[in-house]
Amino acid sequence: MSAVQTTSPVRQDDTRRRSPAAEVLSSLMRSGTFLTGLAIVLFWVACALFGEHFAPYDPLADDIINALSPPSAEHWFGTDQIGRDVFSRVIVGSRDILTVAPLATLLATIAGTALGLLTGYFRGIVDDVVSRILEAFMAIPVVIVALLAIVALGTSKTTVIIVIGLSFAPIIARTVRSAVLAERELDYVAAAQLRHESAFHTMFVEILPNVIPPILVETTVRLGYAIFAVATLSFMGFGIQPPSPDWGLSISSNYGMIGGGFWWTVLFDALAIASLVIGVNLAADGVHGAFND
Amino acid sequence: MSLSLITLFLLSIMVFLGGQVLPGNVGRAILGPFADQRAVDALNHSLGVDRPLLTQYATWIWNFVRGDMGTSYIFRSPVAPFVIDALGNSMKLAAVAFVLVVPIGILGGVIAALNLNRPLDRIISLGGLSVTVLPEFVTGIILILIFGVWLRWLPISAAWPKDAGFFTQLYYLILPALPLFLVLFGYIARMARSGMIEALDSDYTRTAVLKGLPWRTVIWRHVLRNALLPTITVIATQTGYLIGGLVVIETLFRYQGIGSLIFTAARGKDFPMLESGILTIGIVYAVATLIADFLYSVLNPRIRLGTDQ
Repeated sequence: MSAVQTTSPVRQDDTRRRSPAAEVLSSLMRSGTFLTGLAIVLFWVACALFGEHFAPYDPLADDIINALSPPSAEHWFGTDQIGRDVFSRVIVGSRDILTVAPLATLLATIAGTALGLLTGYFRGIVDDVVSRILEAFMAIPVVIVALLAIVALGTSKTTVIIVIGLSFAPIIARTVRSAVLAERELDYVAAAQLRHESAFHTMFVEILPNVIPPILVETTVRLGYAIFAVATLSFMGFGIQPPSPDWGLSISSNYGMIGGGFWWTVLFDALAIASLVIGVNLAADGVHGAFND
Repeated sequence: MSLSLITLFLLSIMVFLGGQVLPGNVGRAILGPFADQRAVDALNHSLGVDRPLLTQYATWIWNFVRGDMGTSYIFRSPVAPFVIDALGNSMKLAAVAFVLVVPIGILGGVIAALNLNRPLDRIISLGGLSVTVLPEFVTGIILILIFGVWLRWLPISAAWPKDAGFFTQLYYLILPALPLFLVLFGYIARMARSGMIEALDSDYTRTAVLKGLPWRTVIWRHVLRNALLPTITVIATQTGYLIGGLVVIETLFRYQGIGSLIFTAARGKDFPMLESGILTIGIVYAVATLIADFLYSVLNPRIRLGTDQ
């Protein structure tokens, strides 16, 4: 772990007093894009954590007599086809997507980082073969992979996490690999090899701390796509399952009546997904900018 | 090209594993838990699922190539006509989306680059980026509400009346094509914009301007041709995304395309239908990539394959 604290040889000519991490942080705090995105994301995280306490109704409680009533003073966003309060459901509906999408992104980051380190460090035939397979795999849409996995393994949050995690891993691996290719030419890697450090040590203790910035950037970008994918799979009925008030799932169970003019049963969920996806992407854009200034 | 063949091979392995190996005992699944073991074995033998995996895979691919896609578990009739019909419908939808998005996306990118860092550029770039990151069903729902429910300009379902002519079909396809348009617009505009910026900044553009060519000629003859090459590659790589989007959009608009075909097949565990549908999509993807490679070489005189030297 000590390698994390010691500055690598590349940064020794750096005359600035502050550490690179503090530099990035202060740049982030000055980025309007990042702060806007962060505010949106934190709002939904707060809703996921404490939503139940300020939601006016129980998001799962039905009330058939008041089904499909339009937005009013009692029900700000109206009620759905079995009379559940849409406002309460939208607030609490962030919970599942904000659990599944980050876990999928985490899995993708861990698997992708390991693959990227291996292919970038060893190069040669292993790299050629693995990289080709990963590139080919990247061309297959997540929805198709998900359809196959769900038919074979059944629907569950775990399946969704594994499908999205494994689908995104090659993309992170590609980013890590190209960063590793540049790092492994540097003197500190040669020094570690001369000390007869194991390949494992060189990859994970020497190189990994120095490729953290591109990994962080790629992870935040992937989180946006993971939310996209989780919402889509839930809408298709292959993701989060009823009675969860999840947004994609709510849209999927209510959009059939859209022709009847019951717009409030789907509009607010759609806007919630849109705001979360845009928020994460704004934040990711800010992170990207902070590391590449 | 070789890469898309690897993709196709990988996809066929995944389809084979997901559809034929992982679900376990096919005979038992069809006959139910109370059937006699001998009956299950007999069915497995007649379906050929008790043979070695490699043989099964080879037979499956060989039959597919000859046009025998198997028999649907649900419709109890050959799969091929369903897949061909659905593919035709999807092609119509994709064609409408592509015909709209390619020129408009390129135009958007070019306009943005010519107005670099001015408000028009900001609007196109930011607008394009924000609609690109939204899931298709979210933009789809919002567009249905605006144009189908509130304004009542366009039908909210893509199922056109029987014997509808070309223009009626087109009218029904505009709303489903719009979400696909929005997702692709951002990518294409961004690529066209960065290609334009690079070309505008190049030495050959400066030379063309300095030797006194009119600005219009410089743009048409020198800048656009070089700027749009990377865009064509991007359009080709977006075929994969487009196909993923089709599954969602066809479900949302109840459109009988290849996307909703594999979706319905997956829900009903109709494996022959699912496998053939996905493999067909893979072939379409590989062909699209091939066409893009060809177009790229036609438009780029530097890599005219095989003719020069």
